[in-house]
Amino acid sequence: MTHVQHLTPFLKKTPFHPCIEPLMHGNGWIRWMGTYSPAFFDSVSAEYFAVRTGATVYDVSPLIKYSIRGKDAARFMNFLVTRDITKVKPMQAAYTAWCDDDGKMIEEGTIFRLGENDFILNAALHQLHWLHESAYGFDVAIEEVSERFCGLALQGPTSRDLLKAMGVGGIETLPHFGIMETQVQGKWMRIDRAGFTGDLGYELWVKPEDALWLWETLFRLGDPLKIAPIGSQALDMVRIEAGFILVDADYIGAMHAIRPTQRESPFEAGIGWAVGLKKDAYFVGKRALQQEKAKGASRHILMGIEVEGRKPAHGAFLYSDQAAKHEIGLTTSGMWSPILKKSIAFARVPPGYAKPGTEIWTEIWYPKEKKIERLMARCTVTNRMFFDPPRKKALA
Amino acid sequence: MTGKMYDVAIIGAGHNGLVAATYLAKAGQKVVVLEASDRIGGAAVTREFAPGFKVSSVAHILHALHPKIVSDLGLKLETQPIGTSVLLPESRSIEISSDGGKTGTSIAQVSAADAEAWPRVMARLTKLATALGAFLTRTPPSPAIGANDLQTKLALAMFALQLRMLGKKDMLELTRILTMNVADLANDFFESDAIKGLLSLDATLGVYLGPRSPNTVFNLLYRLSSYGKHGMGGLTLPKGGMGAVATALEQAARKAGVEIRTNAPVDHILLEKEMATGVVLKNGEEVRAPIVASSADPQTTLLKLVQPGNLDVEFLKRIRHLRMNGCVAKVHLALDGLPEAWKSRAGRMVWAPKIDYVERAFDCAKYGRVADKPALEIVIPSLTDAGLAPAGKHVASILFQYAPYKLRTTTQDEARRQVLERTIDTLDLLAPGLRTRILGSEVLTPHDLESQYGLAGGQWHQGEVTLDQMFFLRPAGQYQQFRMPIPGLWLCGAGAHPGGNISGAAGANAAREILKSLKMRRAAA
Repeated sequence: MTHVQHLTPFLKKTPFHPCIEPLMHGNGWIRWMGTYSPAFFDSVSAEYFAVRTGATVYDVSPLIKYSIRGKDAARFMNFLVTRDITKVKPMQAAYTAWCDDDGKMIEEGTIFRLGENDFILNAALHQLHWLHESAYGFDVAIEEVSERFCGLALQGPTSRDLLKAMGVGGIETLPHFGIMETQVQGKWMRIDRAGFTGDLGYELWVKPEDALWLWETLFRLGDPLKIAPIGSQALDMVRIEAGFILVDADYIGAMHAIRPTQRESPFEAGIGWAVGLKKDAYFVGKRALQQEKAKGASRHILMGIEVEGRKPAHGAFLYSDQAAKHEIGLTTSGMWSPILKKSIAFARVPPGYAKPGTEIWTEIWYPKEKKIERLMARCTVTNRMFFDPPRKKALA
Repeated sequence: MTGKMYDVAIIGAGHNGLVAATYLAKAGQKVVVLEASDRIGGAAVTREFAPGFKVSSVAHILHALHPKIVSDLGLKLETQPIGTSVLLPESRSIEISSDGGKTGTSIAQVSAADAEAWPRVMARLTKLATALGAFLTRTPPSPAIGANDLQTKLALAMFALQLRMLGKKDMLELTRILTMNVADLANDFFESDAIKGLLSLDATLGVYLGPRSPNTVFNLLYRLSSYGKHGMGGLTLPKGGMGAVATALEQAARKAGVEIRTNAPVDHILLEKEMATGVVLKNGEEVRAPIVASSADPQTTLLKLVQPGNLDVEFLKRIRHLRMNGCVAKVHLALDGLPEAWKSRAGRMVWAPKIDYVERAFDCAKYGRVADKPALEIVIPSLTDAGLAPAGKHVASILFQYAPYKLRTTTQDEARRQVLERTIDTLDLLAPGLRTRILGSEVLTPHDLESQYGLAGGQWHQGEVTLDQMFFLRPAGQYQQFRMPIPGLWLCGAGAHPGGNISGAAGANAAREILKSLKMRRAAA
């Protein structure tokens, strides 16, 4: 017996835990949504290259999943999120943001439309309270179903070949952001072609009791296709290359901003393309977003920058000039991209600097031989999607 | 089906709806007023409740109708100023009227100190309330940057100046008492239970608060704000009952060219391209107008008439959480003559013998029950207006405090029976034998007020009059200037600034803001 709560193991284990645990040579566990989750297995760079050259699995079971269904589900989803849901057909997924009254992002995530009025919303943070508040007046049933199924993100150039080897019929014709439900060896499986890597990849959802079967099958058949498990550190590298933003890394969710001014609109967070201002229905924050757009009131826009040299520039100051006289913003995520052979970063720059090709400067401080060195590096503003291979969207 | 085109469609022919309509029509707008029921006037109504007996069904004393509205709209009203009888046990009473000498003598039967204090304290409270009252007919400033025009800023500056000009002592006193409870205030200034009881009732009428709840002094000041130049100068009874106010307003509206349609319940507000462009009636008819002003309460307007999915989430939550728990029931009695002691009491009678009596009545409401021993405000309007009852007979119009809208286990039928029984039991103690004179009766619980008169939650003021629901917070922060988030949709009822009572100020304020916006739109075009 102990009165110190943290001395008793309290993290939950996902249904894949028995498969992951024996491979965990580096003891790289972290906590994700109250479960054990791998940050790395052994070598982060090996895992990184596995995503870009083979097939990798990442346990996405801890993601928060909500089921939203009922007579008004389609209308409700269209009200809740910024994307135009009328353009998302059943068995299609869509990436979207959802905002508070002031058009500031609560979070962004993926919606899966399973039927006319049947949706799954995946989120990184708990949203049930907000969903219930938003649903006032709508005939919908909202339920958290996070533990009702579990999933693996199967990502990498050989992922499709692996699914073919498993005998998943029709995987060749599943389009980017398409969803299919199928039976494999008598097991129910839902497959969507989405992910957080910017590469060819899928997410496989099964019932918890089939988790071990799925892992075993993938690794048995995937051996010749270079299958490997990855942790969140490698995932973080590939998502930066892919230009995907992460809540609380690249923007602060509206619900836990300490000051109202910390909140950001989707335009500011660089996903303005996911805001359906033209859709024929109101959505939460639309009036505020319309105003922001009309008045040009966005304070900054999250762009990509390519930084000269090899030093990663995360959390670095940005200037319009080499002399660092005029500060214009900060970078959020940044890294050396091994595959692009470039230092890349996400940069919050004023709208006037958000045009690709614009030259700006960043101030990088880095440790070297027990000293801290300062470097002013020239940057070129780019689209945030640094890595975008044709195979991501191509059909087989 | 597309009907006629109007400039403004007003939802609800309550007094505020009519006031707003008339102001707008006088400014040249083509206005239609759509009323769900078959009557005009909303809560300002006279109705027959037993054969030959008529009474003001909801509001029964007129004190807050703003003199500026009366003169602007040319309302012709016959009103009878009345005093207050503070009932004491054994048929005695304290008579409070505009006659200071008589009032003093009367109070002196219970306390010489209170007789001396009464005129002084009430004059000071009324002075403070009148200073606050200057804002009744102004637009509250918005805390949003750039949302206030010069006129609003100027009004705020004048208001601040006016408060400052009260002098240091009075301004300090105002800040001291503004948020406190009426029991403490009464104990500060008076010693007799009867006077303290009177203040307790006056400060809590219409709010779900007891005399010891904070904020009740504010409600008292709100009431007193109409006793000076911002109201009727005191309590009055309109000849013909409150329906006479509705009739006067209706005449003024029709004269100004307003079209009034009764039996025209609105199903929902028509939205096109996320702007209000009219309303759709329950029968499917569309009434189009680029401006829709609703004199229904904010919850009805924004939660029911605006269809889901058109308003932001946190804003709607604020509206859902408006405190709307009505707690006053109305009792009407048809009487075969009056007890001797009551024959001269043409004013209002108040039964609230002490602070604790009112507080205990509130305790019942707090736990979801009808008050065991209610505080009562009684008016016998037939004493001054013989037309309300057959010859030799009388009507009593009674406010029963507290009968909460939200009941724990009591059913509506039980509540109605309890209100009547407890009213009669109380009256029979005050005027023995009254029970035998009752020829007929009617009880309107808050639920009845909701279903028959459209008062959501049975709340008389479309939302409690408390500091957190007033001024620039009515009905919600940033939406206090009558303009709702949906372009073209306005509030013009008591749910908007400055709130309740038969005052018309909300309607007049809304009309002014609507006209201002039209002028700005014309200037921009």
